[in-house]
Order: sequence, then C-alpha cells, then structure tokens
Amino acid sequence: MTITTPRAGSPVGPEPGSWILEPHMSRRRRVVNSLATAWMVGAVLFALVPLVVIVGYVVVRGAGVIDLGFLTGDIPIVTQFAGGGIAPAIVGTLVITATAACMAIPLGILAAVYLNEYGGQKPLARLIRFMADVMTGVPSIVMGLFVATIWVSGGLRLGYSGFAGSLALAALMLPIVIRSTEEMLRLVPDDIRQASDALGARRWRTVMSVTLPAALPGIVSGAMLAVARAAGETAPLLFTIGITRKANWNPFEGTNTALSQEIWNNAQQPFVAAQDRAWGAALTLIVLVFACTIVARAVAARFSMARR
Amino acid sequence: MAERLETGPMRTGSMKTGDVWGDRAFRAVALAAGLLVLVALALIAGVTTAKAMPAFRHEGVGFVTTNDWDPNKDQFGALAFIYGTLVASAIALVFAVPLSFGIALFTTEIAKGRLRSLVTSVIDLLATIPSVVYGLWAFLVLTGPIKGVYQAIADTLGQVPGFAALFGGPVSGAAFMTAGLILAVMITPIITSLSREAMLTVAQDDKNAALAMGATRWEMLRVAVFPRVRSGLTGAVMLGLGRAMGETIAVAFVIGSNAQITSKLFQPGDSMASVIAHNFGEATGLARSALIGLGVVLFAITIAVNMAARLVTRRSARALGAR
Repeated sequence: MTITTPRAGSPVGPEPGSWILEPHMSRRRRVVNSLATAWMVGAVLFALVPLVVIVGYVVVRGAGVIDLGFLTGDIPIVTQFAGGGIAPAIVGTLVITATAACMAIPLGILAAVYLNEYGGQKPLARLIRFMADVMTGVPSIVMGLFVATIWVSGGLRLGYSGFAGSLALAALMLPIVIRSTEEMLRLVPDDIRQASDALGARRWRTVMSVTLPAALPGIVSGAMLAVARAAGETAPLLFTIGITRKANWNPFEGTNTALSQEIWNNAQQPFVAAQDRAWGAALTLIVLVFACTIVARAVAARFSMARR
Repeated sequence: MAERLETGPMRTGSMKTGDVWGDRAFRAVALAAGLLVLVALALIAGVTTAKAMPAFRHEGVGFVTTNDWDPNKDQFGALAFIYGTLVASAIALVFAVPLSFGIALFTTEIAKGRLRSLVTSVIDLLATIPSVVYGLWAFLVLTGPIKGVYQAIADTLGQVPGFAALFGGPVSGAAFMTAGLILAVMITPIITSLSREAMLTVAQDDKNAALAMGATRWEMLRVAVFPRVRSGLTGAVMLGLGRAMGETIAVAFVIGSNAQITSKLFQPGDSMASVIAHNFGEATGLARSALIGLGVVLFAITIAVNMAARLVTRRSARALGAR
C-alpha cells in the first residue's frame, strides 16, 4: 500500500486521464492490469472445477449402477438392498414434463404473439412483459405449494397425480417460453410481415403463415431449454405427484413419481444401495436434461446458419 | 411495429367478414394467454396467502419476528428460517459475484471467437445441472471433506478476535457455508450471462477511445465500461440473489436443518424453502398453514427482489436506447 501511495497532492486512485500525466505510476498500472487479467482467467478456471467434479462424480458413480435392469425395473419396496430399478421414475419424468410442455409451450407462444404482434408498447403489454419477467423469479417450491393447496388437497381436492405436478411445472415454464419466444419474434424482420400485409393477409394469417414459421427454430430452441429446466425440477413435484413403485403412464389418474424425486428420497437414506440408486437416477436425469439442451443448441445453431 | 398498417384502403374493402372475425378471435386468444401470466401470479399470491391466514392470525407479527418453531406447541416463529435464507444467499453472493464478473469480463474482453463461445456454453452448462443433482453431490460427497476444511479455518482464523464470531467452532459439514457455496455455483451462470449482456451494450468506440489514450485494459474497463454497466450489474446480482433465496432442494440437502440464529457460518441452520421441502408432506392443520405462510414470505421477498432488479435493468436498458 505504501509503495503505491501517490505523491501528496495528487489524486488518490486513477482519475480519468490522470495516468498520462503521471508516468511514475506505470509499474503499478502494469501490475494492476495483470492482476485484473489474472482474475478474469482465474474465474473461468475456477468455475470449471465444480462442473468437472460434479459431472464426473455423477458419471462415475452413476455408470456403476446403471444397467438394463436398473432402467427397466420397478422401484423396490425395501430400499436397503440392491436390486430393482427406476423405470417408473423415468416414465413419470417424461409424462409429467411432456404434459407440462403441452400446456406451457402453446400458451407461451400465444402470449408472446400478443406481446410482439399486437401489444407492442401498450401499457397492458408492458405490464404482462414485466410480470412474466417477475414470474421467472418465483421460487419453484412456491409453485408446488400453490398447486398443492389449490389442486391436490385444498380447494379442488383432486389428490396427487402426475397432472398436478405438470401444472406446477407449466407455471414454471410459461414465463420462460413467453420471453424467449418474444425475443425470437422480435428478430423476424418487419419486411416480411409487410410483404404479407401487402398481399392482403390479415394479421392472424401473417402471424400463422409468415412470422411464426420464420421464428420457429428459435422458438423450438427456447422451448426445449424450458423443458430441460422443468425436467430437472424437484420442489414443484414433492407435494403434488405423490409416490409410486409401478410405472404410471396416465398423468390424470393415480400417483406418480419422477427421477428428481427418487434422487431426493434415496439420497437421504443411510443405505449404500439407496444412495447408489440416487447416483444412477442422477446420471439418467442429467443425460435426459443434457439431451434436451443439445437438441435446443443444435436447432438454434442451424437457425443462425440459415440466417447467415 | 404495433402501429403498422392498422388502417389502409385495401384492408377492409376486399376482406371476407370471416377473416375479420378470425383476426379478432386470434387476437383475443393471444391476449387471453398473455393475461394468464397476471392471473397466475394473482392466484398464486391470493391462494397461498388465504391458506396461510390461520397461521398468520395465530402468530401475528411474531411469525416473522420470533424464533420458536414448534408445531407440537402450535408455535410458529420463523425468524431463524428467514435468517438462514438470507445468510446462505449472502454467502452465495460473496463468492458468486467476483466469479461471475470475472467470467463475464473474460468472455467480453479477453476471449475471442471459438474460445468465447466455448466458455459461454460451458458456463451455461452449469445452469442445466438440476438442483437436486447439486444437492446430491454436496450431501454425499462435499459435506465430509469440507468439515475438515472448516475445522482448520476455525482452528486458525477462528482464534483471531473479531473473526471468531464468523468462523469459530464447533463446525459441521452441513452448514450455512456449505449451502452458500453450492448456491454460489448455482447462481454463477445467471449472474454471468446477465452481466455479460450488460457489458456487451458498451460501444466498442468508447473502449477504443480509452485505449487510444494509452489506458491499460483494466483502466479502459474502469473509465469506459464500469460506469455504463453499473445498473446492469446491480440488476444481475439482484436476480442472482432472488434465485439463491428461492433455491430449495440443494439447500435442503446441506444446510443442516437446525433452526438457530448464529453468526457462526460453519454451524448448521435452516432456510424457508428447506423447511417447507422437509416438512410439508407430513404437516397437517395449523402447521401446514404455517409452512404455506413461509412460502408466502419467501414469495413476497423474492418478488420484491425480482421487481427491483427488473426495474434497475429496465432503466439502464432504456438509458442505452434499447427497448
């Protein structure tokens, strides 16, 4: 600190432009600049550590557990011993996430069409846009509590079901789909809308046959990322889908389970077999989620290639 | 965009009336989908608050100001959980903010081309790992060895007056600090990508002007970039904070589930989301209502943080001429 203290009277710290008049600070400047560079490079390297370590652990521990029996077997009654599988959880994750996607994606695209094609900068559109942003920040466990109180037990008393979980996931996905779709619609050049208008098409025809197709790859990519996010969620499912040991393909009837929930339940048991099951389920879940992400990236990459 | 071609001689005359109705119906459906966001948010707030009212009425202000959570005695003072949420999130920010800003600067100022997109997608990959997987790893792998690290810190730094309050023993593997560390990893991608977006709005001309004056890269950042992105970075940090406070499963795994208020970061604590996740399944009656009440408090805090963050970033975006 004492080395770098400037002469009395000169400003402390670099006032804009001051370095030009003070050549004696050049060594300090070089050191500070190197430190800053080291910070940036170090941050990237540091962030890689958890990624490599966590994914590495999941792959190594999970691969030791996964075999055909694990992927196709029912969930065992006694978790203490090895055996059985997680097929019902794979089915549950797929069914619940797909059902949620079927609700959230069309609604999200429609809402984005309203925002970008009709609403523009109207106060209502701006309010919806703002609230969609805010909604992306609502904790997922609150979505779960909401569905649990209005759908499962209180209010409608419809009980646990895959669909209840789908509702909570859809509430989570909706704002993500809206905002990513709107972003993509905004990229569609106005020229082609006007070309369609000039041919005498009504606005809704323009949207359906010109604007949406033009933005489709981007929309698909955004939707897939929302699906990936939802598929990995646990908190919204804990109080909504119940538990099952047999695969349940019907989201509307009977209790269900999911990979994330099986990880949560098994990991907390003191038995090695249960914890192994959690690692296996974790690898399965990560593969599913990464697959969604890779599809999304591939679609997006093709989109940007096509635009070039 | 909204004003374009609303009127025009060709539009009405030659149109079939069916098409006019088609347009109106389509617009109405799209608007309804948009309104769904407002309805959903209102319903979430309304329904959960209504269900939490019995507990709120039972406890009054004590719900958020006292620390005596005992469902068996119908006592529901949630202060320790609120405290735990705030402490774990604060720890997360302390680690995640310098990390995220460093990565964002690396991708905007140092890396070019392939390296830039590679680093960006690798960091984004961190965001796609499910929260339950972070929790699983931290719970089964991290809590053991990290206890030794905590012990070492408590034995050295914890003996120094002033630091003892934060780092003193006894230590536990599942603790505020463990939850904060895991949260830091989880919120780094979002803070990185948002601050990166903010940094990309600074014009290259401004940076070049600073460099042409003989500024080093760091000096260029200080005069040309940081003043412009201050509100953008603030918004990014606040959104990260909101994410950290609402995060449930990973925290529930490693925070230790101990309702205590202590300044010692290596001690177990509990967070609002974690308490809900652990207890809601078996809770009935007033206890259930109280857990929903915790959800309402969490909802209110995260919504407030998010709104503030969005307002801050919105303003900065508008100042820079974006929509």
